[in-house]
Formats: sequence, structure tokens, C-alpha cells
Amino acid sequence: MYDDRLVIAGREFKSRLWVGTGKYKDFAETRKAIEVSGADVVTVAVRRVNITDRSKENLLDFIDPKKYTILPNTAGCYTVEDAVRYARLARAAGVSDLVKLEVLGDEKTLFPDTAGLIEAAKILIKEGFIVLPYTNDDPIVAKKLVDIGCPAVMPLAAPIGSGLGIRNPYNLKIIMETVKVPIIVDAGVGTASDAALAMEYGADAVLMNTAIAGAKDPIAMAEAMKYAVHAGRLAYKAGRIPRKLYATASSPIEGML
Amino acid sequence: MVDALQIQVNGQPRDCWSGSTVGDLLRELEITTERVAVELNLEILDRKDFELRNLKQGDRVEILSFIGGGSLAGDGKGTN
Repeated sequence: MYDDRLVIAGREFKSRLWVGTGKYKDFAETRKAIEVSGADVVTVAVRRVNITDRSKENLLDFIDPKKYTILPNTAGCYTVEDAVRYARLARAAGVSDLVKLEVLGDEKTLFPDTAGLIEAAKILIKEGFIVLPYTNDDPIVAKKLVDIGCPAVMPLAAPIGSGLGIRNPYNLKIIMETVKVPIIVDAGVGTASDAALAMEYGADAVLMNTAIAGAKDPIAMAEAMKYAVHAGRLAYKAGRIPRKLYATASSPIEGML
Repeated sequence: MVDALQIQVNGQPRDCWSGSTVGDLLRELEITTERVAVELNLEILDRKDFELRNLKQGDRVEILSFIGGGSLAGDGKGTN
């Protein structure tokens, strides 16, 4: 299966499960969950350094940037200006040109402000960023994002942290047919079957955080997600049988008494 | 005699000596320059300029780094 690599903007990824690093009990748990998940892309946020308590540990002491692709996000940004500012800061902090671009529309749903997203993506792409946009399950917006130069799109399954699973499978399928770049289903996954389903539909990867970090046993859920994404991908490649209303016997009639 | 300056670091008032650089400030705060971004009065600094940029009275310095996050992370309010 590891020949089945995901390639985005010339970068190869072994894992089709990408994970966030928020909401864990501590860094040790974060590291363990990521290890068990098998993910090789991890998202991080950019925030002020705690200057009053320097004893606080640094996340990147626990997650080796040589081993993982660190994908900084612009989480918490509600304007084009803020998102662009955070993306530039992330790059200045020296990981890479990659950014998971989020421009959020509203605090209650955390749905993307897709107009702002496109505007911010244009600015950042012009500055040489590799922009992976967190977007709605809207095929038209996905196409626009690809047209302006995004090498992948990250449509949501459901609101961030909601655990609702895929709310609009038909739109996701249309997105997969509409754009020719990798689709990473991002946000809203609740449990393993949601992730498997996303992959069975033909998603190229799934990104999640809360579904693992918020589980009663995050390490066990990380493992479940690894298998779910793997199984879903295999099933997609294998090609499922069509749905039919009536039965088709699997044992031959011939030779019966 | 060396004058003291008042600056703001990550939103908090702080004194520093006249003539000190951004690099001096980072060392004083025991922040290694690896994987931090510094914004001086909204201008993002190149790492190589940390030792060249002198701090001035009233400067606003932001020092940022990476923390755990999915989406809207860092404050425990929510991640994806």
C-alpha cells in the first residue's frame, strides 16, 4: 500500500491520514497519538510565545520536524489580513512554505469565509506559499481555489469538532469529479467509519484532530483511524460492487437436489 | 549612563536597555531563535536581522511560535 503515495506540489506523503496536534492532555500524549496514527503530516497553530513562563515545553521538541511534515495553519483568523499575517509568521518561524489556510466566517459554525479564503489564497500564492485551503463542501469554490493555484483542496465533512461525519457526500463526490488535484477531507469526522467512508468516496486523505484527541482513549482512536483510512483507501481502489435492490445468490443453484 | 526603554513584548510592557537588539531581547527571554517568528511594529523580521535591529522607545514586539492545533487551536476552545 505504501507505493500508493500521495503527491502534493511535488511532495510525497506516505500517510493518507493527517492529524492536528491540539486538545491533547499533554505533549507526550500528542506524540504517542501521532506515532500510533502513522500520520506523516501534522498541523500546528502559530501563537504568541509564553514569555512569563519559559519552563513551558515546546511542541516541536516532541514532534520532530525532520520526521513529520509540519503544516502550520491560520486557525482562528476571521479576516484576510489576519490569515495572511499568520501565514507569513508561520513561514518566518522557519518550517516551510506550506500553509493550511483558514479564513473563518463565524464563531458558531467555524465555516470558512470562502470569499475571504480565495482572496487570501491569491495573495499567498503570489508570495510563493503552497496553499492548502480549508474550504466548504462547495464544488464551485473548490474549482476556483484550484484555478488560482492551490495544489490541493481541503473541504470539510462537517463543522470543525462537531463529529457529525460527512454531511454532504454528494457534494464531496462532485468536488472529486470537478477538480483534478488531491482532496483532503478536513474537519467533522467523528469516528473510524466516517474516515473510511471519506476514503471510499475517493478522498485522497483525511485530516482530523478532535476525533482522536477528544476520544476517551486517544491512542486507541489514533490506531482505529489509521486502519479506517487504510481500509477505505483499499476499498476505493478495489472498486465496490453496485447497490441493487434485490438479492443475487452467491452459491450456484446447479447441483442442488 | 545607559538609558532604559519601555517597549511592549507580546502585549506586555517591558523595560530594556537602549541599544539592545531584538536578538538581545530573545536571549534575555531565554528564547532560542530557532522556529520563532518576530514581528517588530507589524513588520515580520528576517532571522538574520535579529542582531541588527535595535529596539526603540515604544516598540511593539510580537514573538510567536508553533503550538498544538487543528483548527482554532491553542486556547482549548476548539480544534477540528
